[in-house]
Amino acid sequence: MSDIRTAFMNGKAFIPFITCGDPDLETTGKVVRAAAENGADLIELGIPFSDPTAEGPVIQGANIRALAGGVTTDKIFDFVMELRRDVKIPLVFMTYANVVFSYGSERFMARCCEAGVGGIILPDLPFEEKDEFSAVARQYGVDLISLIAPTSENRVAMIAKEAEGFIYIVSSLGVTGMRSEITTDLHGIIKVIRENTNVPCAVGFGISKPEQAAEMAGMSDGAIVGSAIIKLLEKYGRDAAPYVGEFVKSMKDAVRKS
Amino acid sequence: MSQSKGRFGIHGGQYIPETLMNAVIELESAYDHYRNDPEFNRELTDLLNNYAGRPSLLYRADKMTADLGGAKIYLKREDLNHTGSHKINNVLGQALLAKKMGKTRLIAETGAGQHGVATATAAALLGMECVVFMGEEDTRRQALNVYRMRLLGADVIPVKTGTATLKDAVSEAMREWTTRISDTHYCLGSVMGPHPFPTIVRDFQAVISRESRAQILEAEGRLPDAVIACVGGGSNAIGSFYHYIPDEKVRLIGCEAAGRGIDTFETAATVNTGRLGIFHGMKSYFCQDEYGQIAPVYSISAGLDYPGVGPEHAYLHDIGRAEYVPVTDDEAVNAFEYLSRTEGIIPAIESAHAVAYAMKLAPTMDKDKIIIITISGRGDKDCAAIARYRGEDIYE
Repeated sequence: MSDIRTAFMNGKAFIPFITCGDPDLETTGKVVRAAAENGADLIELGIPFSDPTAEGPVIQGANIRALAGGVTTDKIFDFVMELRRDVKIPLVFMTYANVVFSYGSERFMARCCEAGVGGIILPDLPFEEKDEFSAVARQYGVDLISLIAPTSENRVAMIAKEAEGFIYIVSSLGVTGMRSEITTDLHGIIKVIRENTNVPCAVGFGISKPEQAAEMAGMSDGAIVGSAIIKLLEKYGRDAAPYVGEFVKSMKDAVRKS
Repeated sequence: MSQSKGRFGIHGGQYIPETLMNAVIELESAYDHYRNDPEFNRELTDLLNNYAGRPSLLYRADKMTADLGGAKIYLKREDLNHTGSHKINNVLGQALLAKKMGKTRLIAETGAGQHGVATATAAALLGMECVVFMGEEDTRRQALNVYRMRLLGADVIPVKTGTATLKDAVSEAMREWTTRISDTHYCLGSVMGPHPFPTIVRDFQAVISRESRAQILEAEGRLPDAVIACVGGGSNAIGSFYHYIPDEKVRLIGCEAAGRGIDTFETAATVNTGRLGIFHGMKSYFCQDEYGQIAPVYSISAGLDYPGVGPEHAYLHDIGRAEYVPVTDDEAVNAFEYLSRTEGIIPAIESAHAVAYAMKLAPTMDKDKIIIITISGRGDKDCAAIARYRGEDIYE
């Protein structure tokens, strides 16, 4: 079992998403450390993909900037090894199935294990296809994080029963990106999750403000934020770390006791 | 235990966001019901025959046969269908299915614009809303088709991301589908994407080989020696091959767009240059770099300019039942001009890839052999681009 559980032992969890190599790995290192120092409980590190079909325009932009900057899966593993010398909070990767498949799933999971990456989120790997990677992931102690969507309905229990690490609840229809309002019946989804597993669950997609984060974490075990952080990277580039740190602090303060 | 569905050997599957899973499950169950429903099949056959103009001709190309001096050549004339290509076969099936499912809105991707035009046409006929995603680069290459879609009442959304071509249009259509599922059917235009699309599109396109098999038996009293079709995602090719797959003596040849050549980076010949991967909902062959980043492919043909190939083609390649050969831009343009001059038939630049390979193959075969080439679409849409390729700037 991975170290992901510990991320949920410090009040409600705040989980930022950061694309590795946007705009370069040196900046990513500073941003990750700023997030960790300001209360992030777990960090989702994005390995960029050329065609991220589950992302809205903001995270698509981060993928493009990162790939244009020359980042590769190998460079990211080396970077995480280096990061691990001082960053001790749980880390998970978020990428697309082809990035793992192309690297060789065993080689990929082995390097995750070596670098202390406890889980992986693949938005294009639904329940029906998880056998593609699940055996080898388990062998190396890497949790395959399951996603549950507003349209999952009769599938929620099935997914929750086999979930590991944590469950990523997709708050809204559509792709990643900031939303002014989240209208999905998350209470109903979370009730079914709780009846079927004790794996923690966190809500993501569309969260950009502390009040939203507090509301989402209040219902679940944590809040996940991507696009709002990527926006800061888009705006401040190599100088983004202090702004991300400040943002993470405001979000963690909002969710901690919710 | 694998619960994966829709496999062709190791290929296929459903590699899509959880948000879409119930939508494809609903589609599969509706399709399983309606495919055997006599009323549905009656309505579809009526649309195909009395609206789209099926059956399409199997035309004996005597001048081309005499000129090449080898095998006897027949052309399966999908260019004569309403809207000018084979795309209408699949679209009428899916639009009718969507309507039965209670959907009121169709979305589609398009490369050359032929699938977009077909979808816009079916939407107009059946009284449905229609939104078509098209790479911005392709909206320039195929400006006439953009106008046709708008004329038919569709919204055309130019996609600016990535290479701004077919693959990006597919990605954007998938993104759009995740935002609006309840009233919207994604009318996918090729034998690709997640299960059940490769099967549904194949079944609706299989009408091509169902007809051509009967037509060649009627005309020649025997099956052809080779069937040749162009392959991007591979819908006209799988439709052209399907009813010959059990007849192992019939060579099945798919012509991929080699662009400037398979030894260059400017190519879209997936089976010849790609490797196994997972993208756009399926496991299949893709043009990609060593880290699995999808390659920016290139072909003069917007309809074949796609970095992947349908999973059933990947499987037919694996088992050696079909051959996939590369055809360059130059060869395709020559064939485009050749068929126009020789038979008075202007083929789509996509279909010209199949003609180009037949021009190489036919002279090597005896005169008692038979080749069927699928002319998947007509070439009006390509005239301006081909003129430009030849250094002549004309106004459309």
